[in-house]
Amino acid sequence: MGDRIEKTIELKAPVSRVWKALTDHREFGTWFRVRLDGPFVPGGVSRGNIIYPGYEHLKWEAVVQKMEPERMFSFTWHPYAIEPSTDYSSEIPTLVEFTLEKTATGTRLRVVESGFDKLPAHRRDIAFRSNDGGWTMQMQNIAQYLGQHA
Amino acid sequence: MPSAAAALRARASVFAALGDETRLGLLARLTNGEPQSISRLTSGTRLTRQAVTKHLRVLEGAGVVHSVKTIIDAQTYLEHVSRQWDNALARLKALVEEQ
Repeated sequence: MGDRIEKTIELKAPVSRVWKALTDHREFGTWFRVRLDGPFVPGGVSRGNIIYPGYEHLKWEAVVQKMEPERMFSFTWHPYAIEPSTDYSSEIPTLVEFTLEKTATGTRLRVVESGFDKLPAHRRDIAFRSNDGGWTMQMQNIAQYLGQHA
Repeated sequence: MPSAAAALRARASVFAALGDETRLGLLARLTNGEPQSISRLTSGTRLTRQAVTKHLRVLEGAGVVHSVKTIIDAQTYLEHVSRQWDNALARLKALVEEQ
């Protein structure tokens, strides 16, 4: 399994603007689709609720690692921890790092999420069930219901 | 006999769940015993994914169908996460570049 995901995106906005969109918890929430309870604090736990359609019942939780103004922001979290009844705290989280770099036209933002090789295989049972899961008929149930009255 | 009454109620809920053309149609597509994704159940119908999901939930509530999870391979998982990032970063770009 690959260990990481890396993305680089060129943004036509000054570094200061991008930094605010990343680290102001309200602005972060608008593009990450999460409603956070309070500001990000290095070393602090960030909590909130997912507002992604279909997943609104889920909590969001991350631990802020680094906040180096206008340069780097990072947190650890449990990606797609979407089963409300599961305790994910014993798993090794992945690390998300945002790095900002000034360019002639604005900002180059690099995102690296790493640590996927530590995720237990059953966590890939992602149960994005609207997408990848399946539905089956419980034939025995129907047979039972019908059979008892046949 | 309360237990008999409960059993009747359960059966009535099954028939209520089945008493709908759309749901009967979905059920017919599931009778080959193979799990089917929402996408496949939606294709070829005039229903939206949301509508299909809603009907499946009703059938699930009556114990007629159930959802199964799929453990996907590592590569597919990363591709899925990667797409989520693409979408999130596109939203971020729209936010910071708006006038």
